Amino acid sequence: MTMKASSRKVDGVVIIDLSGRITLGEGAVVLRDTVKEISSRGEKKILLNLGDVTYIDSSGIGELVSAFTSVKNAGGELKLLNLTKKVHDLLQITKLYTVFDVQDSEASALAAFGR
Amino acid sequence: MNATRVSYTLESSLASVNKAEQTAAELAAKSGFDDDECGRISMAVREATVNAVLHGNHYEPGKRVTVYFESTPEALTIAVRDEGPGVDPKVLPDPLAPENLLKQSGRGIFLIRAFMDEVRFRTLDPGTELTMIKFVRGPHSAPGKEAHQ
Repeated sequence: MTMKASSRKVDGVVIIDLSGRITLGEGAVVLRDTVKEISSRGEKKILLNLGDVTYIDSSGIGELVSAFTSVKNAGGELKLLNLTKKVHDLLQITKLYTVFDVQDSEASALAAFGR
Repeated sequence: MNATRVSYTLESSLASVNKAEQTAAELAAKSGFDDDECGRISMAVREATVNAVLHGNHYEPGKRVTVYFESTPEALTIAVRDEGPGVDPKVLPDPLAPENLLKQSGRGIFLIRAFMDEVRFRTLDPGTELTMIKFVRGPHSAPGKEAHQ
């Protein structure tokens, strides 16, 4: 299953809904291009909704990290929403769970951007 | 002893990575591993094959990746072999070190070590063979045991 990405804006936050696999090749490229395009429009608050992401490999983790640092370096914030157990476990193992701001609901995520 | 052995010689492509991952998932399920373990095993095989295709063979059309599976009642063993310049696993950076935490790459072998019971590297001429073992009833040896031959 290839990865799909769509975006919407809620309360000044761009929410990117991702589904499928974020792996080396197409999935990682879609994530990279989507975040890059949204950042280039000057958007500073980006929320990645990973609720329908079925699989991430180390390349996909690398793209998440890259997106996080590029948005941060541009003066913005990138947070994660709705991790599946698999993705949660991967971020725990790689010690990235504490690097990312991970939210369990869209409402709490939107509120977190306002803090 | 009942054993199933399968070997593929594959092109250095992403399609080969998906083939190896899919085969690992199927054999792991047949070996009796639960869904979580099947996911970890297939991811370890994916990471090993990505390393072989990308870092070993650099996608070169003339170079092949060989993936060997052996399933016994005791364990699932997978060996991934490339034709690249070789790698010394002892010099790989620790992806959990603070200075490496936000690096984009360098987590593949770390995940393989985390998900499999035994991981061995063997230097070929040319290339590298990475052998991973998952025991059907948990590790028979210390977790993270690794050898470099």
